[in-house]
Amino acid sequence: MNHSVQITVNGESSQHDVEPRMLLCHLLRDSMGLTGTNIGCDTSQCGSCTVMLDGKAVKSCTVLAVQADGCEVTTIEGLAGGDGLHPMQQAFWDNHGLQCGFCTPGMIITAVEILNRKPDASEGEIRHGLEGNICRCTGYENIVKSVVAAGSRASD
Amino acid sequence: MGRYVGTSVKRREDPRFIQGKGRYVANLSLPGMTHVAVKRSPYAHARIRGIDASAALEMEGVLRVFTGQDFKDGGCGSLPCGWLVPDTQVPDRPIVVIDRVRHVGDSVAVVVAENPYVAADAIEAIDVDYEPLPVTVDARGATDEDAVQVHEEIEGNVSYTWGLGDEEACRKAFAEADEVVELELVNQRLIPTAMEPRAAAAQWDAAAEEMTVWTTSQNPHPIRLLLSAFTLGIPESRLRVISPDVGGGFGSKIFHYPEEVIVPWVAREIGRPAKWVATRTESQQTDSHGRDHVSVARLAMKSDGTFTGLDVETWANQGAYLSTFAPLIPTALYITLLSGNYRIPGIYGKVYGTLTHTVPVDAYRGAGRPEAAYLVERLVDLAAARLGRDPLDLRRQNLIPKEDFPYQTPVAFLYDSGDYEKLMGTAAERADYAGMRAAQKQARAAGGLRGVGVVCCIEASGPAPSAVAGSLGSAVGFWESGEIRVHPTGQVSVFTGSHSHGQGHETTFAQVVAEELGVPIESVEVVHGDTGRVNFGMGTYGSRSACVGGSSLVRSAEKVRAKVLRIGAHLLEAAEEDVVYDQDEGRVHVKGAPDRGKAFGEIAFAAYTAHNLPEGMEPGLNFVSFYDPSNFTFPASSHICEVDICPETYEVGIRRYVAVDDVGKVINPMIVEGQIQGGVVQGVGQALTEAGVYSDDGDFMTPTLLEYAPPRADLLPGIEVDRIETPSPHNPLGVKGAGEMGTIAATAVVANAVLDALAPLGVTHVDMPLTPERIRNAVEAARGA
Ligand code: FES
Ligand code: FES
Repeated sequence: MNHSVQITVNGESSQHDVEPRMLLCHLLRDSMGLTGTNIGCDTSQCGSCTVMLDGKAVKSCTVLAVQADGCEVTTIEGLAGGDGLHPMQQAFWDNHGLQCGFCTPGMIITAVEILNRKPDASEGEIRHGLEGNICRCTGYENIVKSVVAAGSRASD
Repeated sequence: MGRYVGTSVKRREDPRFIQGKGRYVANLSLPGMTHVAVKRSPYAHARIRGIDASAALEMEGVLRVFTGQDFKDGGCGSLPCGWLVPDTQVPDRPIVVIDRVRHVGDSVAVVVAENPYVAADAIEAIDVDYEPLPVTVDARGATDEDAVQVHEEIEGNVSYTWGLGDEEACRKAFAEADEVVELELVNQRLIPTAMEPRAAAAQWDAAAEEMTVWTTSQNPHPIRLLLSAFTLGIPESRLRVISPDVGGGFGSKIFHYPEEVIVPWVAREIGRPAKWVATRTESQQTDSHGRDHVSVARLAMKSDGTFTGLDVETWANQGAYLSTFAPLIPTALYITLLSGNYRIPGIYGKVYGTLTHTVPVDAYRGAGRPEAAYLVERLVDLAAARLGRDPLDLRRQNLIPKEDFPYQTPVAFLYDSGDYEKLMGTAAERADYAGMRAAQKQARAAGGLRGVGVVCCIEASGPAPSAVAGSLGSAVGFWESGEIRVHPTGQVSVFTGSHSHGQGHETTFAQVVAEELGVPIESVEVVHGDTGRVNFGMGTYGSRSACVGGSSLVRSAEKVRAKVLRIGAHLLEAAEEDVVYDQDEGRVHVKGAPDRGKAFGEIAFAAYTAHNLPEGMEPGLNFVSFYDPSNFTFPASSHICEVDICPETYEVGIRRYVAVDDVGKVINPMIVEGQIQGGVVQGVGQALTEAGVYSDDGDFMTPTLLEYAPPRADLLPGIEVDRIETPSPHNPLGVKGAGEMGTIAATAVVANAVLDALAPLGVTHVDMPLTPERIRNAVEAARGA
């Protein structure tokens, strides 16, 4: 039996008829066409699918679409909240924080969360905070640099 | 340093990625699209007695189920191998098996459904009657007399045997040696684990009889060639292969895979577009794996430490079938690198390519070269220990001196250029190697397990002169094509046969062309990854894009400049000798009179209006070049790593990592550093955390990211990157490959550091990954001994 889900994604509310087993990442990608949220694994290990759910970074492959009923979701497409770039997106661009770009949406959302929790997070804390997100390309060096840069920009 | 070349231009591809607009194959949605899923074998080896798909076919939303016989009857050819050393025995590799599976994940049946969930359910509903059979999984064990045959017709499971070097000189070196160190080691199987799982989609235009295939490939043109000539049978002229944004490859996306054939075949068969996206588990169990060597190696030397001979015997696991380039990796990309950065007069290496009931093994970042570097650098450390010498000092004594370049090794390669002493010296200085050793003494005195590793490594990148590749077994050439199309407005489109799956070609190649033509980088657009737009290409692997692809663009730019100069002179009513092409300004002007000139855009316009061109000149401004390199390039690196091992848990902690590389001239330092950093962490992954494991029964033990452990952000505290530049003398950019050097050095240096830490406990070797458990076992064994 399908369920009706009411969800606000990137500021826009919509209604969906979903199978109970449907994952939030699939709702976003397949039903809403928001393919910026990538899927890199099937065991909740990689973090490619990370989105903001009611203001908290979550792996959208660990959330059923029905669980997101009545929730607010921000994906990478809506992070900047309009034209232009979110400071974290800008920092990733400025600091070569991405190569193939596949992990990037999830990394950026997670990084935003790290600084939301602790605006002056140290490099070690940032590395620790990124532990749930795998990047196979960058060796994390420039991702960490990007987050540090975004943090110090915010505190300027 | 030019206006663009040599500067860290920010990447032009990034805006789409950071905003979630990447165009990955999995994101593709076509009208009427169906979804394909593949039923895979849970057994490493079994006979298929029957397949019952009736339950699956009854499910709502299931369109069709196909088996191996359908693909065979429908005209699909077997997957070919594109590199055959002499006398290679090639096992048949069907797109979908018919009666026998030979590794976990082998494809057994194909479902086509209205959506991916139904397709996945239907896969579960297919009932396959297997008769499990005994297996063989080990690279060397496969050659045992009583080993199970993987393919009846290939006796002893040896697909090929290949040797290289001067056997006589090698024997003599060992006969006359003062000291010999010996090592038996395993270079474990790795799973490339690009973050984007593989995917394919296809659309058949029945009216035009044209097929479009989207695939996660590092080289769309060779895939089109293989699809056309071997597996799908659609003429290249009617087949368009597009690799849009690809989420990392590391070699695993070079090869021709069954699903690239299944999906277009299905799309044509059912008359609707089709798409298949691998789950992570599918990717781990069917992407070609890397490494998986067992080797026995000996190094001969004089009592003063001079290396004289190296003798290597290697069993290279090739898996159940030969993947597209499989035999190349442990032959011409491995044995050829055994000289390392050293003068070793007597080298001989021999390799057996063996077949087992495991997924095929092929190129993975470094591909043969990290295996060689690890083996050589481990032996050198053992030699230093034997002689009581400092490992850095013993290396310095044996390095190929700067004046000896170009240097001919005994294993075929002619190293183009290098300054290894300066390279290692820079690393030693940057790391304060002497200080590290002093600190190590103190740490040891206080009961700590501190280790310092140092390596000097070589890579052969940018393969290869096509004729040489052909003589070594390649079925293809290794040139690259580069086209520069100057539009009438002076805008420039660049078409490259190289492919970017993270390397940043859209930036780097724009830098090269903007510099060569003297036009603003904003007016240059780079196109890649589409056989419908790019005339031909060989793709990206072996750190070849800048060396070979970049060079083809320089050649085309030279042709553009020559024509622009001629037209410019004509418009200025001057003799060609009397004008110059000002590359800083992108103008042609009369010598000594910069005011009397024509801008690039004006000349481009004139080339297309063709109202006033030199006598006999064709209109237009469009040039293609096919650049065939005259040699490999030979990047080198010296890395130094400092580790602490916890004396209770045996956990390895990296304290410092210093990487000094020489990749020749650098086009974009930011991008090159990124390549080195990413490569280093992948190499550290092999040393400490990663292993693709099969049980003795052939069960695949590492199908998800829970069991297979790529490095996380906190594995290293950071990497200190530095470089020296010895330009390659034989390509116009002076560049050498930068994509793999980090990986090659990192595995060896971390292993050396860990074993250096364990030396006081009497441990001389531990096979990777150097997990706490393996270290503990080795320490306990050494204690017991
Ligand atoms: S796709 Fe969600 S964690 Fe990997
Ligand atoms: S940039 Fe490729 S996985 Fe992170």
